Amino acid sequence: MKRVFSYLASYKARIAFGLFLKAVGTFAELLLPLIMAYMIDDVAPTENALALGLWGGAMLLCALAALFGNVAANRMASRVARDTTTRLRNDLFSKILSLSARQTDEVTLPSLVSRLSSDTYNVHNMIGMMQRLGIRAPILLVGGVALTFTVDAVLALVLLVTVPLLTVIVVLVSKKGIGLYTRLQRSVDGMVRKVRDDYTGIRVIKALSKTEYENETFRAINDEVVASETKAGITMGVTNPLMNAVLNLGMAAVIFVGAYRVSAGRVKVGDIIAFTSYFTIILNAVISVSRIFVNFSKGGASAKRIGAILEMPKDLEPLPEETGRGAENAAEEEKDDAFIRFEDVSFSYDGAPALTNVSFSLKKGESLGVIGATGSGKSTLVSLLLRFYDADAGKITIDGRDVRAYGEELRDKFGVVFQSDFLMAASVKENIDFERGLSDEQIVRAAEYAKADGFIRAHEGYEGMLTARGANFSGGQKQRLLIARALAASPEILILDDSSSALDYKTDAQLRKALLENLPDTTIVMIAQRISSVKFADKILVLDGGKVAGLGSDEELMRSCEVYRRIYASQHEGGESHDGN
Amino acid sequence: MTETKRPRMSRASRKAVIARLAKYYARYKFSVLAALILMIGSNLFALLGPYLSGAAIDAIDLKTGVDFAAVAKYCVLMAIFYVVSSIFSYILSVLMIRLSQKIVRSMRQDVFEKILSLPVGALDRLQAGDLINRISYDIDTVNASLSNDILQAATGIVTIVGTLVGMALTSLPLLGVFIVTVPISVFIAIKRSKAVRPLFRKRSQKLAELNGFSEEMLSGLKTIRAYGREEEIMNKFRVKNEEAANAYYDADYLGSLIGPSVNFVNNLGTVLISTGGVFFYLFNLISIGDISAFLLYARKFSGPVNEYANILGEIQSALAAAERVFRLLDGESERPDAPDAVELKETEGRLRFENVDFSYDGETPVIENLSFAAELGQVVAIVGPTGAGKTTLVNLMMRFYDPQGGRIELDGTDIQKYTRKSLRAAFTMVLQDTWLFEGTIFENIAYGRENATAEEVERAAESAHIADYIRSLPEGYKTRITDGGGNLSKGQKQLMTIARAMLSPAKILILDEATSNVDTRTEILIRDAMNALMRGRTSFIIAHRLTTVRNADLILVVKDGKIVERGKHAELLEKGGFYAEIYAAQFQ
Repeated sequence: MKRVFSYLASYKARIAFGLFLKAVGTFAELLLPLIMAYMIDDVAPTENALALGLWGGAMLLCALAALFGNVAANRMASRVARDTTTRLRNDLFSKILSLSARQTDEVTLPSLVSRLSSDTYNVHNMIGMMQRLGIRAPILLVGGVALTFTVDAVLALVLLVTVPLLTVIVVLVSKKGIGLYTRLQRSVDGMVRKVRDDYTGIRVIKALSKTEYENETFRAINDEVVASETKAGITMGVTNPLMNAVLNLGMAAVIFVGAYRVSAGRVKVGDIIAFTSYFTIILNAVISVSRIFVNFSKGGASAKRIGAILEMPKDLEPLPEETGRGAENAAEEEKDDAFIRFEDVSFSYDGAPALTNVSFSLKKGESLGVIGATGSGKSTLVSLLLRFYDADAGKITIDGRDVRAYGEELRDKFGVVFQSDFLMAASVKENIDFERGLSDEQIVRAAEYAKADGFIRAHEGYEGMLTARGANFSGGQKQRLLIARALAASPEILILDDSSSALDYKTDAQLRKALLENLPDTTIVMIAQRISSVKFADKILVLDGGKVAGLGSDEELMRSCEVYRRIYASQHEGGESHDGN
Repeated sequence: MTETKRPRMSRASRKAVIARLAKYYARYKFSVLAALILMIGSNLFALLGPYLSGAAIDAIDLKTGVDFAAVAKYCVLMAIFYVVSSIFSYILSVLMIRLSQKIVRSMRQDVFEKILSLPVGALDRLQAGDLINRISYDIDTVNASLSNDILQAATGIVTIVGTLVGMALTSLPLLGVFIVTVPISVFIAIKRSKAVRPLFRKRSQKLAELNGFSEEMLSGLKTIRAYGREEEIMNKFRVKNEEAANAYYDADYLGSLIGPSVNFVNNLGTVLISTGGVFFYLFNLISIGDISAFLLYARKFSGPVNEYANILGEIQSALAAAERVFRLLDGESERPDAPDAVELKETEGRLRFENVDFSYDGETPVIENLSFAAELGQVVAIVGPTGAGKTTLVNLMMRFYDPQGGRIELDGTDIQKYTRKSLRAAFTMVLQDTWLFEGTIFENIAYGRENATAEEVERAAESAHIADYIRSLPEGYKTRITDGGGNLSKGQKQLMTIARAMLSPAKILILDEATSNVDTRTEILIRDAMNALMRGRTSFIIAHRLTTVRNADLILVVKDGKIVERGKHAELLEKGGFYAEIYAAQFQ
């Protein structure tokens, strides 16, 4: 929470000025009844019309000062709230982009989405309201209490006894409130998750006639959100009536004690009446304070959630140059021309081993096919190469340099297509360009290589729009758009993770041919299910349960690798038995 | 569903929005009534307080000295009444919270159910972030404003009427002076809130755009990182963020004028009364005591008027948010079932396409004049290049879309004559886009059949050859599948959806690239299970891996939305046409 409040620090001057204006406006308003009383008590009896007019004018001035002071202060507050929130949101988004894959997994996407939207919104509200009411209420409170002291110190002290009690109430309730609102925001995460889930799976839900079931599941989530919010509201709702009751009890005590004071001739009855009117001011201020606290608890809970993300340690930082250089030296000693090298790499997700002692190397311009059963660690290999995760053991080098020693320039080397990759609601061109500022020529060329140019033109051309998640293109078309994106910037390393699975054989074969012909210098890593897709590669890596089962060309593997032969047989069984027919 | 198309809300539609909101409240009219009674009760008790304190002070101010017994009595009474009043007001706030939460709950449920009932094509055009925005922020805004504001507005009326009566009884000439300020306040409030209204609408819209954008980009986080595009995306975000923040500020800027302005007019009233009052006093038209009483009333009067001015802004933003919620609710749902639609109970699995024409956008035809028939137990394979319309066939069979021409029959009856729900229940499918939801593996597999037992789920997982993997996980079937879960490959997910389909009792099976992400060895291992799955069902297989379709009873070769060839595998090969060509391509 501190973290979020530190954002306000840079607006100190503006906040102070705004609060000052607010204070001026509030005081001007407080002056009105005083002038009024003076007019009635002192001016009226003199029957001086001029003085009367002058005092009337003074009141008007006060009213105007209140108007301008309040408007200006409110606008100042809005500006501070706007600027703070804008910066906070920018920083949060930027931080989220820089989180490591492991950190993202830990927080989960829906939670990040709701922190970015609903939590920043709560903070925005809090900052605005704290400034608008935050000064007015204390002024009224302190002013009111101070005025009671001018009447009679003993009576004022009686009223003051309630203060510690009020403080305890506020502290206890708002402490509890922050916890409750944190829980509420967590249940909102669940709601966000459900909407995202069902949005993506709508076809399956409808196909399996699960609409009613989904509605029921949502009802449970909805109930939880409602329950959290009700509980938070009911808890926070205690403040106002409780404070009211305490203060009013204090007032009753004042009158009772007052009776003795009057009897003893220490105060006049009129003083007690004055006391009651100041008391009204205090009461109103306290009501404002309790409203502020509700807002503060809600905003505070959100600020905490945002702060938690902002304070996440930097993960996957580039290794210090020293170690990096050490690695380079080591590479130089070996002095070979390996471009990509895995050395005894092992990795596990939360204890479940995904890769064990994987080693291979690849020269520049070579191609690597990766094949293996479902869950054999093929995609993990890619995640490690891109440094989404760091290997638990072993070393990965690109161009002789440890991937951990690279900074941002590491990812400039790559063109990647993941399984079920991301397409945005934007034009075809923008999806291929992907914010890299590529020329039209590069984009069209990439689309041609990816065998996408034809259907793009047949559709609505390069300016044609994709709907969210590319839903208006077929599976195979989407894959080719993604491949075009990967090719467009002529990357040093091209990674295709099972990204032609929705293509028919013919298109798939044409695509491979185009890649080899047009990108001779690009090092290609291609993950696939079909041997026919990786057969072309200089080297094929066969993975089995996260271990290397074979490495070599198609021919070599057919001779030496049992797993590879079995995969081959499984894919050609159809053809062979057909021949036998 | 773009928001920009209707920048202004007409008076009629505003009224409609209010009427619909009122309907939600009407559902809970007893709670509303109870709240009103409590509110009046709590206020009356609170009003008794000053009366009692007055009486206590009177008991002090006796010529004969202080009557301690009376003071004590009144003080104790005062304490009791205040405590009771506080209890009342707490009960009231609990009641209001519960009431407003009930309304939020049913609104949210309505929105969610609406999302699920939208035609898939319409849903594709909406962004997930926008939907999330409506179901959380918009509904919250409506609720936050209405649950507080309505109560405040109602309380205010009592005070306003009371003070006006009080003023009239005290001094009519002063009331004449004071009353001129009332139309000014009303005028300012109305005029300002009119000016603010479009700004609030813009504020909601910009915020929704921002949230839509961030949700979309977060869903592509991995790709953005892989391409190192963080900065560029950040810049885009910055622009949207600024727009949203400015729209918020603009509404605030103008809105912040309302409260102080109305307050100013009230203060003006005070000035007029004091100055005017003293003048009247000079001419002996009024006593000092009356001026002071009148001023007290005027002060009290300004309270709720100020409050109204302050809540006007909130109400504007609530209406803008409500409008967005209702617009979604008014979106076209899937065409309702025909009034004479019948429940499909038992199907024989005879599916027939007859001269079907279809186009997604009404212009470019995707399917043209397509006819074929399938009998129970048959396996129909649909093959052809990508983008040829294979998946569209599935969309039509399951009535995600309806064809523009021709008809589709199940058991000899047009499928549009069945209720959608019962029709879809006759299908089970495995799609190339595997979909698993956030939940345990068990829940995900059991999704295919209500009340599936642990044993059935395990057997299905066994058949789909995913059981070993599941058992190897530390938590087995209770492992939660999360969005980021990097430990589950796409192939494993697909095997789970196959297990899910195996549990389903449906008679028609659709396999749309069902094994595209499964390695071929596993595919062979599950082949028996797949064959068992197809037995006794009408099956449609969409595939490019032609090895999987060799044994089909009928192969339809689709190209550019038309069936170019049909027949059995051997016949088609012999024919040496398009099929033979693509079949040969896979062994090149």
